[in-house]
Amino acid sequence: MKIHKYEKAFLLLSGVILVIFLGASFYAALGMGIMLPSRDGEIDVRQVRTTPPFDNPGVREVAPGVYEVVVIGQAWSFLPQEIRVPAGAEVTFIATSADVLHGFNIEGTRVNVMLIPGQISKVTHRFEKRGEHLLICHEYCGLGHHMMSGKVIVE
Amino acid sequence: MSTLTAARSAAPGKDTTSAGGFDLPPSQKALIRWNLYLGFSALAFGVVHGLAQALSYGGIDILGWFPGLKNYYQGLTIHGVFNAIVLTFAFANGFLALTTARGLGRKLHDGLLHAAFWTLAAGIALASYAMFTGKASVLYTFYAPLQAHWSYYLGLALLVVSTWITSVNLFITLKAWRKEHPGERIPLLAFVSVATYIMWDIASLGIAAEVVGLLLPWSLGLVSGSDPLLSRTLFWFSGHPIVYFWLLPAYVSWYLMIPKQVGGRLFSDPVTRVVFSLFVLLSIPVGFHHQYTDPGITQSMKVIHAILTFGVFFPSLITAFSVVSALEDGGKARGGRGLVGWFFKLPWGDPSVAAQVLAMLTFVLGGITGLINASFTVNRVVHNTSWVPGHFHMTVGSAVVMTFMGIAYWMVPWLKGRKLWGGKLAVVQSWVYFIGVMALARGLISAGLEGAPRRTFLAGATYGKDTWQLAGYWSAAGGTLMFIGAMLFFLILLMTVLTGKKGEVAEIPVTTTIQPAARAGWELRLDQFRWVVILALILIAIAYVPFLVEYLPAKLTVPAFKIF
Repeated sequence: MKIHKYEKAFLLLSGVILVIFLGASFYAALGMGIMLPSRDGEIDVRQVRTTPPFDNPGVREVAPGVYEVVVIGQAWSFLPQEIRVPAGAEVTFIATSADVLHGFNIEGTRVNVMLIPGQISKVTHRFEKRGEHLLICHEYCGLGHHMMSGKVIVE
Repeated sequence: MSTLTAARSAAPGKDTTSAGGFDLPPSQKALIRWNLYLGFSALAFGVVHGLAQALSYGGIDILGWFPGLKNYYQGLTIHGVFNAIVLTFAFANGFLALTTARGLGRKLHDGLLHAAFWTLAAGIALASYAMFTGKASVLYTFYAPLQAHWSYYLGLALLVVSTWITSVNLFITLKAWRKEHPGERIPLLAFVSVATYIMWDIASLGIAAEVVGLLLPWSLGLVSGSDPLLSRTLFWFSGHPIVYFWLLPAYVSWYLMIPKQVGGRLFSDPVTRVVFSLFVLLSIPVGFHHQYTDPGITQSMKVIHAILTFGVFFPSLITAFSVVSALEDGGKARGGRGLVGWFFKLPWGDPSVAAQVLAMLTFVLGGITGLINASFTVNRVVHNTSWVPGHFHMTVGSAVVMTFMGIAYWMVPWLKGRKLWGGKLAVVQSWVYFIGVMALARGLISAGLEGAPRRTFLAGATYGKDTWQLAGYWSAAGGTLMFIGAMLFFLILLMTVLTGKKGEVAEIPVTTTIQPAARAGWELRLDQFRWVVILALILIAIAYVPFLVEYLPAKLTVPAFKIF
């Protein structure tokens, strides 16, 4: 197949750009530790409220400076609605849905994960600055979807 | 392979498809025309609620203006299904049937043309019943365990079946042509049209398995529960390649028709065949990039899909070169000089050209934002925010739909035997829609970066941020302009059909190529689609089998919710 030299140069440049972009993503994942959610456990959606740790939603310190936040997404609220965590601590959110799909997005941060009935979502984050963030359900979950939000307060 | 090595190809500079003066029997032209009418009627319904959505981003609630509308999400479902599924399927079924027939210089199969049309119409009727009665406000992604009425799932399934029937029509038309032209290369126009349907035939198997295997029996009460992660995964198996099924008909026009319309030529026949073959190969094994933030799928599988997603961007970059070079060829033939002077010499007064060149401009930004979505780390910032509808209004909501409008400006006159009504108004229409969609996207993109959620009735939300407000005004203003642009389009279409001057209409525009098809070597195998299909199936297996082996059997344990 004959390819014109301009076209060849363009294709080469395209390939190089794509490889650089992909390389940057890999660097962010491996070098900076920005990871995606993975297989973090399954749960029977009919038993969410009686299955640990979801039988006791809330914030707890599991080691000095290390926190675990257990959250249930349900139509149309988060449980708990208000989450208080200290600045600088390593916080792991463990969340699931008690009914339909929900979203779990703490705006202004990288904490952005889906809540899928039957699956447990985990995401770890360090809040560097004090302040208040909206916790937003960003997946359509029925009639009251636009009323489903919470707060994360960094103290 | 002896017949292949004896292949001939048309001389360079010649129309590589059949001779001019092509025509179809009136009954076939009527059916193709009705496909367009159905598709654009659906769009007319869909954009009305689109206006309500754009205004909602600006904090303005006009839902009360819609008699019988139960809530925002009922309208949002209709917007998605009518615009993104009905319009695109109806248009592809009509347009690519015509381009295949034109490419091969022969008519289509009558019975299958009828069957595809009536199946599509039945699908629209069933899905409409469910949506308009409020029994299916589950959006066009219909994620379980939100459960719609069975007629919704059956209606959507029939829409897919109509594309399969169209495929069979294209395949048997091609087969009949091959019999009469042993050893010849498939005319390029027919090649790209058939390749588009082959890609979609494989891609649609995911959604077919989801609807027929999981959702339809569940909505009929035959199985007790749903498996949300599995049905979501099957949905996205088809859900990403479906955007190429929207886009490739536009590419068919950009590659093979627009060059002729601007007085230029397509640069390379061989490269065009490779590009469409790459889309068959790479469109499908990329679905997990819609599920980067999903639990239950391993990180390594997501990364494999990320790499392949960057791969499928490559044929679009080749397209950028080919299409721009054809435009430059045309602009220079029309007296354009210099590095960019040719661009302004394009026939901007031709509404079909104006609409499609503007569509290409929006697609530059659509492509870039798509690459950002595909970057698995950056995706965490934009996933499910209004950034995402911002992205796809610069792809399907502009590049695709404006190209469809541009095609309609010559295709409806050709099919109907009437001249286009209001040519100048049609040019204005393209600009109004173009400016509108850019403003809308400006709003959605920036609000998304500030965390505003997508598919959310923000005008009625119990929360919000100050930074969403200015962005919301951009969206509201842009959406209003888009609405006006769309209404002008429907007016022009309607007036053309009803009152356009009868008489001679222009032929179907088909370009010549500077570099002709290869006459020997490995490229001949591209015409036998089976090789690329086998490779595609291997890639799909690599991309999906590890997840399925780990995950299956399906866990049908989640009960149904009808909370809409």
